[in-house]
Amino acid sequence: MQADIDFSHFLKRAGAGLVQLDLAVEGINCAGCMAKIERNLSSIPDVTSARVNFTENRLALEWKVGGLDPALFVKRLAELGYRAYPFQRDNAETLEAERAQSLLRRLGVAAFAAMNVMMLSIPVWSGNVSDMLPEQRDFFHWLSALIVLPAAAYCAQPFFSSAFAALRARGANMDVPISIGILLALATSVIETIGHAEHAYFDAAIMLIAFLLAGRYLDQNMRRRTRAFASNLAALKAETAAKFISSTEIRTVPVAAIKPGDIVLVRPGECCTVDGNVIEGYSEVDQSLVTGETLPAIAAPGSAVFAGTLVRSGTLRVRAATASDGTLLAEISRLLDHALQARSRYLRLAERASRLYAPIVHTTAFLTMLGWLAFGATFHDSVVTAIAVLIITCPCALGLAIPAVQTVASGALFRSGVLLNAGDAIERIAEVDRVIFDKTGTLTLPELDVANLAAIPDDVIKLAGRLALSSRHPIAAAVVRAAGASEPLADIEEEPGRGVHGCYEGAPVRLGHPSFCGADSLAHEILCRDPEASVVAFSHGDARHVFAIQQRIRPDAAEVVAGLARLGIMVEIVSGDREPAVWRAAETLGIIKWRANVSPMDKVARIEGLTGQGYKVLMVGDGLNDAPALAAAYASMSPVTATHMSQAVADAVFLGQRLGPVITAVRGSRRALRLMRQNLWLAVVYNVLAVPIAIAGLVTPLIAAAAMSGSSILVMLNALRARRSEAA
Amino acid sequence: MEVLVYLVPLALSLGFVGLLGFLWSLKSGQYDDLDGAAWRAITDDEPDEPSAPVQIVQMDQRICGSGRQRGAGEY
Repeated sequence: MQADIDFSHFLKRAGAGLVQLDLAVEGINCAGCMAKIERNLSSIPDVTSARVNFTENRLALEWKVGGLDPALFVKRLAELGYRAYPFQRDNAETLEAERAQSLLRRLGVAAFAAMNVMMLSIPVWSGNVSDMLPEQRDFFHWLSALIVLPAAAYCAQPFFSSAFAALRARGANMDVPISIGILLALATSVIETIGHAEHAYFDAAIMLIAFLLAGRYLDQNMRRRTRAFASNLAALKAETAAKFISSTEIRTVPVAAIKPGDIVLVRPGECCTVDGNVIEGYSEVDQSLVTGETLPAIAAPGSAVFAGTLVRSGTLRVRAATASDGTLLAEISRLLDHALQARSRYLRLAERASRLYAPIVHTTAFLTMLGWLAFGATFHDSVVTAIAVLIITCPCALGLAIPAVQTVASGALFRSGVLLNAGDAIERIAEVDRVIFDKTGTLTLPELDVANLAAIPDDVIKLAGRLALSSRHPIAAAVVRAAGASEPLADIEEEPGRGVHGCYEGAPVRLGHPSFCGADSLAHEILCRDPEASVVAFSHGDARHVFAIQQRIRPDAAEVVAGLARLGIMVEIVSGDREPAVWRAAETLGIIKWRANVSPMDKVARIEGLTGQGYKVLMVGDGLNDAPALAAAYASMSPVTATHMSQAVADAVFLGQRLGPVITAVRGSRRALRLMRQNLWLAVVYNVLAVPIAIAGLVTPLIAAAAMSGSSILVMLNALRARRSEAA
Repeated sequence: MEVLVYLVPLALSLGFVGLLGFLWSLKSGQYDDLDGAAWRAITDDEPDEPSAPVQIVQMDQRICGSGRQRGAGEY
């Protein structure tokens, strides 16, 4: 299959007759895997370089133009036992990578400057209590200034620019007091050096910058890692589309290569991978992953179809559309924009802390100056003491308190299958007191399953499974999974939209639509009992059986609902599906509140209603119809099988078949938030202890440096406690 | 104390050399894959003799512990 795919979209020219390709690779676990892949692919003639990135699970290839087909690499990796697929770094990821790189560079410069300045400061500190000449001290101070001033001008830019942006927007963030502290410390030090004074704070200023940059870098790096992981997952879905390259000829291309206006062919049993409008053909379509509605709909020329729609009976030609043409899509985009604007008004814990912090500290410093003046100190001494207060309270621990916990906690969540999309996701998820679940694809598994296995003899299931291997229909795939079949029967023919048939042990075998197998009455019986199910019939000679196919509820859903209740969180279902289906799911899981037939807009309305009553809602959903609700909710999560749009707006994405990560995320976030608050209190306690010393005018640069690193290390150590991935 | 005239510039230039080394390593992508670099340190070098690959294949299988070694014959 994959050999036919046209990967040219992913190729990059690397100059001098070379081509580059990036592949996401699944299953690289060890050094052996790395060596095996690299050696094997480098041995292909014309390949100039093959390099595995183990952190990101990716492979970068470079080869000479011409000759090689990129599909060869995918095939070769499959032979080695690794699933691989080309991918393209999206803009956001490239930007994050650049940002992380630049933070690391600044951190390096700041750390080297801090080390060298410390080398100059220690002689001054010890010389001040022994026999250092004033000229020597001045010389050392000037040298420090020579190192620190350019280094600070370069390294502190992220703080300066962020503080400047905040001030221009007439707000304040943590970077405002940080920037003021750094600038004042540097300015005082220069003035003091010119005045041949005993103390200069160059070392404290550059150390502060280095600590804060370390916090920023950790934060950025974690986010970059989850993003890389998520985009690998997206690439490994290996979604393709059959694109018309002329009016009669199609070619299979990766979805990333489809542009609006392209026409694609979707055959029965295939999942549509683009959003667009039908221009030719009729078919029954299953939109359950998109709208939550489990009953099939009819697609005809003019109707809109979405990525994730399953085409059941006929072949469709679809023109890929932008959001402006699809009605539901345009509506959802509009709702999304609106909801996202509202969310950006959320104030992070760090910002709230800095709003309190900055005025208190600046007032204290000002009062210190006035106090010393009143006591008859000189203006110069009063100002220096006031600035010492600012330096000692400079939010070093405060700046690390939150990013350190965030990094450690998101690492722990990552290991238990929760990827965080948003920087403030932990804080928001920790505060929720209501959870709204979508039903289809969220409480239930996205794949179909055979529901009445017990009623059908084992050998029939086995045979049906082997027959089903010849069909690409997703319902047939459910039968294959149930039977665990791996040996297809020989000479089987598929009648599109009806089923497959052939011959086994001298008798005809059929699998497909009930009328195709003559099992209408049997199917009717099953449908009367369970109107939610889809049916597929099987006949072998005269024997007839009907499989009821349904989306199963996630294995641990009931436990999760009960667990959330124990945490004091009310659970509710809001689904786009019909009433009986939602009622059945609610009853199975013991959920009292549920709503069915809810449109995307009404989902948002329900969330806004709850928000109005003071609830903080966590929305968990996967369909396109859930996207606005995900954005409108206080916090949101999606399973990894969700539509692109939902995944993009959700705060967190969870992996696997289980619903457990939802509760893990809530527990982990709550613990992390507790640690963040603790850290902030630690910083406050430190200030309460240190500030009187500063007000008394007793702070020397040595005390400032010791206090700053001491409090930072304390906060870091406390943050490490968020590592436990799941509390017992 | 004249010794400071030599020692201070010497110390600072050593620090500067260290910084240049860091910037060079950053630019040449040595921080892009820290986990991989840790593993690479313990892998064997390129196998030159025909006898070497057999051992490497065995090591792969032991570490991976999975049955996905169909390509082992490729060496």
